[in-house]
Amino acid sequence: MNSDILKGGFANVPVESAHAFRDIMNVMAKPGEIREVAGAMPPAPLSIAAGVTLLTLCDPETPVFLAECTDTKDVRDWIAFHIGAPISNKADAMFAVGTWATLAPIEEFAIGTSEYPDRSATLIVACDTLESTGAVLRGPGIKTTTHLSLPETRAFQQNAALFPLGLDFLFTAGNRIAAVPRTTKVETS
Amino acid sequence: MALSGENRPYLDHSMADYNFAYLDEQTKRMIRRAILKGLAIPGYQVPFASREMPMPYGWGTGGVQVTAAALTPDDTLKVIDQGADDTTNAVSIRKFFEKTAGVATTEETGQASVIQTRHRIPEEDLREDQILVYQVPIPEPLRFLEPSEVETRKMHSLEEYGLMHVKLYEDISRHGAIATAYAYPVKVEGRYVMDPSPIPKFDNPKMEMAAIQLFGAGREQRIYAVPPHTQVVSLDFDDYPFEASKADAPCDLCGAEDSYLDEVIMDDAGTRMFVCSDTDYCTGRRKAGHIGAQGTAFEEDAA
Repeated sequence: MNSDILKGGFANVPVESAHAFRDIMNVMAKPGEIREVAGAMPPAPLSIAAGVTLLTLCDPETPVFLAECTDTKDVRDWIAFHIGAPISNKADAMFAVGTWATLAPIEEFAIGTSEYPDRSATLIVACDTLESTGAVLRGPGIKTTTHLSLPETRAFQQNAALFPLGLDFLFTAGNRIAAVPRTTKVETS
Repeated sequence: MALSGENRPYLDHSMADYNFAYLDEQTKRMIRRAILKGLAIPGYQVPFASREMPMPYGWGTGGVQVTAAALTPDDTLKVIDQGADDTTNAVSIRKFFEKTAGVATTEETGQASVIQTRHRIPEEDLREDQILVYQVPIPEPLRFLEPSEVETRKMHSLEEYGLMHVKLYEDISRHGAIATAYAYPVKVEGRYVMDPSPIPKFDNPKMEMAAIQLFGAGREQRIYAVPPHTQVVSLDFDDYPFEASKADAPCDLCGAEDSYLDEVIMDDAGTRMFVCSDTDYCTGRRKAGHIGAQGTAFEEDAA
């Protein structure tokens, strides 16, 4: 076993995951807001922010789907050692990690049921950069409008149309993280 | 009086005895996932595996678990019970987190980053960097109309809220007005009807706020949330519009005309006075020199 995969977890789990969760909660409550997180050093190609998110939210109770680009032995070993989450297929996954292109088609992820809309997947989308430019966002958590560099707009419009069902998205780039939940209305700028 | 976080001699000892903020990490992750789904589906009640807490149900075990999952060591916590910082419930929960999380605590609304509340929203407007955690006894607004969880879940899924309007209509036909004065049902973002916890309906309009609102019901095992700047509409009728009512009097201590008032019976002859339910708001006004009809000038440490 590669000893590197034993590294890169939180050094002080209760405190670092508390700070990380506060940031993740804030970006989910305020779509488009970009925050910086720290504490994880996952193996490539996972970003710091993707690693922090997995460490903070996932455990043996949350099946995780690894898209092709992230499905390496190092990543699997790192998740097995630090998180213990079962690696699953798309339909059963509560969380999924990958680039936008490799996560597609996103229709295969669980969007919840009308009686339990919370039983839906959260997609952790790896981006090259994350900036407050581009697509126009409006909806709960946004006072008027805001901008976020999304990979596209149509998929998010279709997802929002499913409300109260639908997927929730976390976007990561390096140590930066932002979110677009299903309530956010996305338009091209 | 602000309870300082500086003087905490038991901190080292307690941090060794408890995990940060009492709950174990796996429980916190489970609660955190529920909070995120709650924020993504405003007003929808997310089931969660509520834990036994070292306090009885009804003392805010849901709010305590949500606070524990959201808290960081840098936070300053304020706890209120019906607006007051100095009731048994508020003091107990504040002490609980001083001991298990080592966080600083305060009674000043403006100083707090996390506010746990039982049945009130502070009078002072909350900011974007603040979090309001509600203690919720019965999270299901339809429960008193339909006892079956299977049925109420179906009603939410079908957006079938006619029964709630019938209830409000029956109020009008019986009392001439919508008599519901607290736990007044709201519709969040045009979709889910939500119980705002038993806050007075005076507080309902404040729910469209800049802070994040989280709701925890421990016994009923539900978490729900309202993100900032989310539409929260109190249910009403065109000819009987919603009215945020309060006692028609100023505060007898600070003279405030705009705050929610508690009625206090003073003696056996039925003498009564009205005082602000939000003790920090009242104290702040008295410090600023406002004096009500029965008030005296504010003195530090006046018992």
